[in-house]
Amino acid sequence: MLDLAVVVDNLRFMLLQGFLGLGAFGGGTLRLAIPAIVLGFLLGIAVGLARLARTPWIRVPAGAYVEFFRGVPLVMVIFWIWFIIPQLVRLPIPEYGVALTAFVIFEAAYFGEIVRAGIQSVPRGQVEAATAIGLTPAQAMRHVVLPQALRNMVPSLVTQMIVLFKDTSLASIIGYVDLTKAAQIVNDREIRPFELYLFIAVVYWICTYSMSRVARRLERRAAAA
Amino acid sequence: MSEPVIEFEAVDKWFGQLHVLRAIDLVVAAGEVVVVCGPSGSGKSTLIRCVNGLEAIQGGELRVLGESLTRPGVSMPALRTRVGMVFQSFNLFPHMTALENVMLAPVRVKGLGRAEAERAARALLERVRIPDKAEAYPANLSGGQQQRVAIARALAMQPRIMLFDEPTSALDPEMINEVLDVMTDLAREGMTMMVVSHEMGFARRVAHRVVFMDGGSIVEEAAPEAFFAAAKSDRAKEFLSKILTH
Repeated sequence: MLDLAVVVDNLRFMLLQGFLGLGAFGGGTLRLAIPAIVLGFLLGIAVGLARLARTPWIRVPAGAYVEFFRGVPLVMVIFWIWFIIPQLVRLPIPEYGVALTAFVIFEAAYFGEIVRAGIQSVPRGQVEAATAIGLTPAQAMRHVVLPQALRNMVPSLVTQMIVLFKDTSLASIIGYVDLTKAAQIVNDREIRPFELYLFIAVVYWICTYSMSRVARRLERRAAAA
Repeated sequence: MSEPVIEFEAVDKWFGQLHVLRAIDLVVAAGEVVVVCGPSGSGKSTLIRCVNGLEAIQGGELRVLGESLTRPGVSMPALRTRVGMVFQSFNLFPHMTALENVMLAPVRVKGLGRAEAERAARALLERVRIPDKAEAYPANLSGGQQQRVAIARALAMQPRIMLFDEPTSALDPEMINEVLDVMTDLAREGMTMMVVSHEMGFARRVAHRVVFMDGGSIVEEAAPEAFFAAAKSDRAKEFLSKILTH
């Protein structure tokens, strides 16, 4: 029988500690996901622009970055930063720092590809028209290309943000107390896996579903303009 | 003849192996309207795209408003504010209203205040006869209206030269005249214009000179009456017979 009492009894711990990151453990799904999405996207814009740079000294390393991080598992990147970097710098890095660094570095490769494709989706005539009225290449990018590119990117960006949001559960493997890890801690004590993991599935789903709803509204508003 | 503002001297251009402009010599004087025609692939669009540096040249010299485009250190963005360009496919910025399209360069390049830029932009939309479409987005304008906004946008920096690259080729027939009328007004006001076009009626009425190109070379230049009545070269005759028969 489904016994939701275990969820109710541990709701505070799972939501405050696991989901929000308010509590003795640090941790928190949102506390990791939001900065990871923001910083990953910003680094992704830089990577995407670098991929389109005219000089090979910028373009080729950016291409290598993307191909490398898209080609290895995220868990491996997390392990590297967890085990190897502290040895190299001879300093312990807290779970939060490790997880955030891993996500930003890893996701920037994907965001970079989305940004590159978005920029390339803007017709060449737009750049020519911007150039012809006297805008510098940077101004043309800022005022003409990027606003249109961002609009075209919205669907793929949101998909990638949803993937990233769910992938934050992987941070639990280094002991980071996110929603998944919090449920696991409770389950180790209560042994009610069905109820607990069903509950966190619902929480994840509500978040990702609202993300796609917001995205759909953004797309409609962009289409209306 | 008044002062020369565009001077091609033995200009050569290649796209990779393709020799698209061959030893072009051409001088356009201030206030002159030159219509460039010729079969597709003859290099006529490339010719005018060189004038504002959208295409670089590989040989010879090209001077625009006294500045050599091949001189190192020449500021192309600054030069382009003095040379307006209108494209076949309009290329309006779809995320901006007609008004914002016209205001972009004065605000961002010239550093004009928004109020002043807006007043000037509204006056320009008046001049191209669509003041009521200022707040419309390009997607909600007809082709003829879009092209007139594009002309207003090109005029916003008060250029001394206007380049038109087949400005009516993408238009439905009933919209061609509204664009040609605006161009005719401009020509009458004394604007220096290079127009790639097959609108022979426009060439006859407005142009001072017709330049006929084929295979990357200028084959013939003449006053419009002379060119249409008695083209000298066989290639020009053949071209005219193809476009004037209907």
